[in-house]
Amino acid sequence: MTAATVSFCLIMVFGLLGLIMFEGLGHFWPKNSVMLEMKSANSEVRYELGEIVDRETVASEQVRALGTFVPEGQISVDRILLKTGNRDVVGFDFHWYATTQFTSLEYPLAAFTAEREEWGNFYGFAKDLEQEGQKLNLGDQLWPEIELRLDRKNELKDRINHLQKKEMGKVNHNIERLRLRSKKLDLAQVGLNDSRYSEITQERLTWDERYQALNLELAELYSEMSRDTLVVSTAAGQTLKLPFSTLINVFQPNRMSVLEKLGHYFMKVGEFVFDDPREANTEGGVFPAIFGTVMMVMLMSVIVTPFGVIAAIYLHEYAHQGRWTQIIRIAVNNLAGVPSIVYGVFGLGFFVYIVGGSIDKLLFPALLPAPTFGTPGLLWSSLTLALLTVPVVIVATEEGLSRIPRNIREGSLALGATKAETLWRTVLPMATPAMITGLILAVARAAGEVAPLMMVGVVKMAPALPLDTNFPYLHLDQKFMHLGFHIYDVGFQSPNVEAARPLVYATSLLLVVIIIALNLTAIIVRNRLREKYDSAES
Amino acid sequence: MSSITSSGKNRAHERRRLVKDRVFAWVMSVGGVIVIVAIALIFLFLFYSVAPLFQAAKVGAVTQFDVDYKEAPLYVSLDEYKEVGLQISGGGSYQFFSTDSGRIIESSSLNFLSGTKMSSFAVGALTSNVIITGSDDGRADVFKANYTISYPNDKRLVSPSLTRPLEGQELVLDEKGVAIRLITGQSTEDGVTVLGVSEDGSVNLVSAVKESSFLDDTGEWVIERSTLSLEGNQISHLAMNVDQREAYLLSRDGTLELYDITNKTSPRLIDRVKVVEGSVRPTALKYLSGGLSVIVGDSQGNLSHWFPVRGPGDIASLRKIRSFIPMNSGVADIAAEYDRKAFGAIDRKGNFSLYHATAERRVFSGTLGTQALSEGIQFSPRADAITFRAENGSIGMVEVHNEHPEVSFSALWQEVWYESRDKPLYVWQSSASNNDFEPKFSLTPLAYGTLKATFYSMLFAIPLAVLGAIYTAYFMSAGMRKIVKPSIEIMAALPTVILGFLAGLWLAPLIERYLPGFTMALLIMPMMVLLAAFTWAWLPSRWKIIDMDGWEGLFLIPILFIGAYLSFILGEFIQIYFFDGSLTHWMATAWGITYDQRNSLVVGIAIGFAVIPTIFSISEDAVFGVPHSLTQGSLALGATRWQTALKVILLTASPGIFSAIMIGMGRAVGETMIVLMATGNTPIMDLNIFEGFRALSANIAVEMPEAEVESTHYRILFLAALVLFLVTFMVNTVAEVVRQRLRQKYSSL
Repeated sequence: MTAATVSFCLIMVFGLLGLIMFEGLGHFWPKNSVMLEMKSANSEVRYELGEIVDRETVASEQVRALGTFVPEGQISVDRILLKTGNRDVVGFDFHWYATTQFTSLEYPLAAFTAEREEWGNFYGFAKDLEQEGQKLNLGDQLWPEIELRLDRKNELKDRINHLQKKEMGKVNHNIERLRLRSKKLDLAQVGLNDSRYSEITQERLTWDERYQALNLELAELYSEMSRDTLVVSTAAGQTLKLPFSTLINVFQPNRMSVLEKLGHYFMKVGEFVFDDPREANTEGGVFPAIFGTVMMVMLMSVIVTPFGVIAAIYLHEYAHQGRWTQIIRIAVNNLAGVPSIVYGVFGLGFFVYIVGGSIDKLLFPALLPAPTFGTPGLLWSSLTLALLTVPVVIVATEEGLSRIPRNIREGSLALGATKAETLWRTVLPMATPAMITGLILAVARAAGEVAPLMMVGVVKMAPALPLDTNFPYLHLDQKFMHLGFHIYDVGFQSPNVEAARPLVYATSLLLVVIIIALNLTAIIVRNRLREKYDSAES
Repeated sequence: MSSITSSGKNRAHERRRLVKDRVFAWVMSVGGVIVIVAIALIFLFLFYSVAPLFQAAKVGAVTQFDVDYKEAPLYVSLDEYKEVGLQISGGGSYQFFSTDSGRIIESSSLNFLSGTKMSSFAVGALTSNVIITGSDDGRADVFKANYTISYPNDKRLVSPSLTRPLEGQELVLDEKGVAIRLITGQSTEDGVTVLGVSEDGSVNLVSAVKESSFLDDTGEWVIERSTLSLEGNQISHLAMNVDQREAYLLSRDGTLELYDITNKTSPRLIDRVKVVEGSVRPTALKYLSGGLSVIVGDSQGNLSHWFPVRGPGDIASLRKIRSFIPMNSGVADIAAEYDRKAFGAIDRKGNFSLYHATAERRVFSGTLGTQALSEGIQFSPRADAITFRAENGSIGMVEVHNEHPEVSFSALWQEVWYESRDKPLYVWQSSASNNDFEPKFSLTPLAYGTLKATFYSMLFAIPLAVLGAIYTAYFMSAGMRKIVKPSIEIMAALPTVILGFLAGLWLAPLIERYLPGFTMALLIMPMMVLLAAFTWAWLPSRWKIIDMDGWEGLFLIPILFIGAYLSFILGEFIQIYFFDGSLTHWMATAWGITYDQRNSLVVGIAIGFAVIPTIFSISEDAVFGVPHSLTQGSLALGATRWQTALKVILLTASPGIFSAIMIGMGRAVGETMIVLMATGNTPIMDLNIFEGFRALSANIAVEMPEAEVESTHYRILFLAALVLFLVTFMVNTVAEVVRQRLRQKYSSL
């Protein structure tokens, strides 16, 4: 009986990991398009094209309640969930079909899937290409031509992105900087004919010119990009025009070989890890979230390590070992068990409103009333999480310190070393594995925390990464995206949960992999260092 | 010897080493103390943020204005920024004056149209700044104070003016032309309604609504009137609510009548009650902000709160909801705040008290200053000052610091009878779109939600984790233990946001769909295991090719799978044949049990999953740490392994298991993301496992970013965080102390 509980726990752990892995990885595999043929009561034939997302067996009653015909005497019915896409045409993109509803199910070779910038996927058949409104009548040459033109569009898109993000960003940054400088002069109440004002105006003019030039270039690129249009028809026979500028990827899943599918698969995984999200985060990649998570955790480590280690050394080596130290030790230990949301509340009330508000008043009066540090941001998130994880580091380091044999300390002291030298040269190096373990455990915990971050700095969509090429390079006051919050936001706040679900699984998988990898690293590093110092001891 | 005689360079080096040592020690100590102080700061800061909630209100400095007046003021009010005041004198003149210098901005007479004398006077809803007067020839007039704010040269300038919403339209209240003794009324965009008692005792109601024409801005005033009673000689107080739908009439003998005046031509008496007993006389009647309830004061100093309550058959009756700590002597005047359900009262002897109706709390008791008369008190729009009339005929203004009157023990933790509810309830509803909304800050449903989540999750986690720990530590072979322990501990590393997501989007629909299957699994899976165990035990020993000792767990995995599969098949079968295809639907219709998709069961499983590793790991340590001498002794005395486990190991390790459960519970209480994602977050109080709840932690996460800084709502969320902090901290401390005791016991054995 007791054995069964262990087995149950094991099943749960591995089942859960398996589920996340299956759902998360499966999402990127190009699914075949199926076409359903349906006859309605007045024997009109209707077609529906899409991907099968889910299948299940339900009681006939339930299906009948929805108004679907099921023959008398049949108790249960199989049904499939079809992702029909084409949200711009039909409005909703998921539909359940009972097997009794359609007369045939086939995989038409010509069917294609288009991933688009907006309105989700499109499923249908490609008919022709149009260039500047002129039909090209390509016939057999259609598909090679589509791929050529898609490549051209993607190149243009890359250039546009570069211009918008890098060049324009720089110009905007400089214009903003100039605005601040002039506001500072206003606040300092220098005369209006001060030479600095004219300098600012001069510089402003050059940047404005640059901005205009960039704008022109952009407009040109955009018009270039909107040259081609794809003429398509839906399964129902409706003809539509898809401008190339809205297309991201076009493929014919039913024609693809396994190898091609594999290639497509890895391309999609790459896109997921390295690209920006699209369509209210329900499509595209999660790169900003990965970046934000890593950035925040790194900052947090920089803060938490020295403080945690110093506190542990103080508690273990310098503090008088009495009742009070014991109480503090228990208190620190227990703080690790205090709900993270409490730290979030503290972070918001203390760091953001009190400390941040004061910083704004002292250092950025030119920007008020718009807050700089007086609003949730990267710095406050890192600090809050540092506070949250500092007990972990303290406890781990202290444990490491207490494991060091007395005779090593005494040996060092007996040889005439001062206490500081003993600590620095012998004790601390030996306690490094413990410290690193503590740090990695802290990092693993921080990477998975979401609740406090919701208050002190994460947002669903950050316009820019907190690290860029504009001074001061690292923007501590910026809000950022986070993998954990991304899961919560996309899974629960997005308008189209069904469409976003696979992406959430994939994000979860990524987060789990990162955290388990960190935990395993902790274990490996600890073992390595322990061996090293064990051998040094003997 | 050589080192002593060696050069000064060496000595300098020695000194440098010592200095370094000092500096190092100093840095470490200071740094260490700083970190510890920073941690303690969390606790102090939470306290610091919560403390103002429970502070009593303070009444500050008094300013007196010697406004150049000819007659003593009848009524004084202030604009929103306390920069401009308005006073109206008994003779019918009015002055706007500046509050810092007492300079008069505008001065004129109210009755510049009629030329008759003012015989009665009333104030409309505070936020509308409306004044109603009755004249000695039976007519009524309405005035509205306007404060226009402009910012010339970036400095705020408040320019007051007095307008007449009736635009010169005459409003005759008493058609016989008898003087109006008592008046009340309201004026809004929708129209004007006035209720008055004439000297001859007739009670009249008149309304004027402007019907605008389609062609141009002009419109026609439509007048409607009715007479409520002809014997109103005893009436001493009138009140009408801001939407002009109900009116209260209070008589000297203590009869309070509530009329429905929605239809102006045929008012309807809703209820008539006696609000005082014996020879006590009612002395004051005021609407609270929002116009849903009234406060009645009497000649003995009692204050009571009244509003109509819908009873059976949808019949409304006036009920005394609560009474407050009485004043020292008879109540002379009551003033209500503009936005909150707070009010101030002054008695005949000049004592002044501040109350909050919902919180049933007296936040201040004292005097306004020696000069204050026992009448005519008025709040400023932001409730940060009170104006009063002083003895020498001047005007006084006193600052009030009353930030959080809404909070009291009863408002937070007990049932409260809110306005327009039919009985006292526990409600959490922190905000609404309108300003005069009564905030409902009952933490009880939230705490209840937290406890519910904890209870169900512990129900799921304790058996699995504790039994699993005993098996792993005591029966399991070392080889398997090496794999099992880390894998279960990896569970602890899983971010709760992922568990919450899976619980909300994967498990919840699955359970809803296969509810009978899940229920069956509870029965079938243990049965399968027992069956397997018995079969194994009865199997002839030559069939036992493999040695299962310590590896049972591994072999049970397929059996559990078969059990789960069986129960789902069976569950589906039952669902289709007995429950018309859907148990959840059937439950709702047959038993009236509501089923939320995201319910306590789902949360219980998810949080249980999150705390299992904590409980497992600590109790496994406790069981594993039981000294071998004890178990060996027990086995040597002839006890079976099972007896030893039950009587020796469990008993010795029980403090450790207890502390493991406590620590697990601490985690469950504070869990945020799972409850946020896997419940509907509705603050209801219900034990039903198939319904959701709203937990303290999720509530903080949802509302904190939107709460206005330093508002009562913000501080109450801090209070919720403090409660969570204290509860988990205490639970953890108890667990930690128990664990340390146990460790000492083990080492002594």
